[in-house]
Amino acid sequence: MRRLVTDTLIIAERNLVRLPRRPDLLLAFTVQPIMFVLLFRYVFGGAIQTGGVPYADFIVPGILVQNIAFGGFVTALGLNEDVHKGLIDRFRSLPMARPAVLAGRTLADVATNTLSIVILTVTGLIIGFSFGTPALHVIAGFGLLLLIGYAFSWVFAFVGLLVSSPESANSVGFIAIFPLTFISSAFVPPDTMPEPLKWFAHVNPFTIMVDAMRALWVGTPAGNYVWGAVVWALIILAVFAPIAVARYRRTASG
Amino acid sequence: MPLPRQDDEVAIAAAGVVKRFGEVQALAGVDLEVTRGTVLALLGPNGAGKTTLVRILTTLLTPDAGTASVVGLDVVRDAARLRSRIGLAGQYAAIDENLTGLENLTMVGRLYGTSRAAAKARGRELLARFDLVEAGGRAASTYSGGMRRRLDLAAALVAEPPVLFLDEPTTGLDPRSRIGLWETIESLVAEGTTVLLTTQYLDEADRLANAIAVIDHGSVIAQGTSDELKDRVGGERVEVALETADDGAAAERALAPMSEDAPAVRDATVAVTVRSRDGVIVEAVRRLSDAGVGVADINVRRPTLDDVFLSLTGHAAEVDGNAPGGVDGDASGGVDGDASGEAP
Repeated sequence: MRRLVTDTLIIAERNLVRLPRRPDLLLAFTVQPIMFVLLFRYVFGGAIQTGGVPYADFIVPGILVQNIAFGGFVTALGLNEDVHKGLIDRFRSLPMARPAVLAGRTLADVATNTLSIVILTVTGLIIGFSFGTPALHVIAGFGLLLLIGYAFSWVFAFVGLLVSSPESANSVGFIAIFPLTFISSAFVPPDTMPEPLKWFAHVNPFTIMVDAMRALWVGTPAGNYVWGAVVWALIILAVFAPIAVARYRRTASG
Repeated sequence: MPLPRQDDEVAIAAAGVVKRFGEVQALAGVDLEVTRGTVLALLGPNGAGKTTLVRILTTLLTPDAGTASVVGLDVVRDAARLRSRIGLAGQYAAIDENLTGLENLTMVGRLYGTSRAAAKARGRELLARFDLVEAGGRAASTYSGGMRRRLDLAAALVAEPPVLFLDEPTTGLDPRSRIGLWETIESLVAEGTTVLLTTQYLDEADRLANAIAVIDHGSVIAQGTSDELKDRVGGERVEVALETADDGAAAERALAPMSEDAPAVRDATVAVTVRSRDGVIVEAVRRLSDAGVGVADINVRRPTLDDVFLSLTGHAAEVDGNAPGGVDGDASGGVDGDASGEAP
């Protein structure tokens, strides 16, 4: 157990140390979400009716959840690169704790996700978002975002080990997550969608997560969204962490 | 198959190792033994099963059947303990390009369980040994192909493992880096390290290995020292280039009494295997001259490993240019041949 903690921290450190040396990835955490916020707020925002809630307040929680779900994408790319460069073979030939390579990666994602959340929140505040809830709820919202991000990091860890190339990791991520986030309450109220999409949007875990964030930060009616979001994140984690580690044990470079 | 010896003189032992990937039989029952402190070269073309065997011996894959042990530890049962006793350098330089040389070595050292300070000190030591001191503070992405291989080898040596596995250590390197790496491997062996290396280059096996195991289609088809293998093909070969191919049959008749084996005639060349090289040139020229056959050139040579490989497998070992359906196709040396400007 001590070995797992130490090795996880060593790998997390590795991934954080190399991050500033990869400006391409750094841009994905910083500039890209800002562009998204600006696009939605000023290009689409004027045309979208959100039923009383100002669009800035409506969109910021949505973009935050979408962004945090994509945050672990770097893990898929990075792990896939490690497989191809033979690094996974090296790690697997070392006397280190088996889950540490993945646990370290996903832990490093928590740090980069924190950076993304801060940048996005500040951008949100500049374009007119305002917190409508007590400080404790705001803090809980940050915690929920990090939990969601951590759960999705494990999904991406699995994807990164599964696919044959960074390009296919890219398309798997795009094909799976893009529709999931868009057919939800993240960017528009689902009630304007055609019936089947509306139905899907309502059961979509992203809708639950986004509505939970709106409840915690804007003060829209919470319902069971917050607990629902936590449970969904835990389910994703409980499914994908074990299968990612199992996949890692069998992965060979080449 | 030699009976596995139980004493600690055997560093690596494999018996009946089988591995399948779906329809493909990668290893079809490999028996192998490497004496402590020696170098065994696993020689074979791409797709012969070399890498699969290395992966099994380094605990990365589990065999479907058979057993294997390294320094007395079973590769499946004792995998966790074995990992701290072996070093692996693969055909790809397994280093993090975004970390510096020293950061790479320090990370590996810490993953072996040593403290940060001790891992850093060991990293500096290895950088010095591998002529990477100046580059040690630079990101590995700036390294040449040869420097990457050296850093990769240094990473495999962090824990001073008694057994080292080198999977095609010089594939894709320029000749000078290649010789440099050979010298490093030789000095490791001089210090007592046991090495199992895979190669598709005969000169590499000839130079580095105490023993050679020729592997083809997942089976070891011959094993022995370089000289033993060459002896299997036969003794010295007298090769005569004739002035005209029309004399082929006459030359064959003239040289036949010199050997128990029939001379081989191909175009204007006649080759005959002899026991000893003493006086064979004079004798061959005299016999040919008596038969009225004109000689353009004549020489006596030892069989090369090329001859060995050809006679054992029916195909040449070097795969450059005419790869026999090579699996990973990286034998042509173009992988990371960017070794320009590298320090000797």
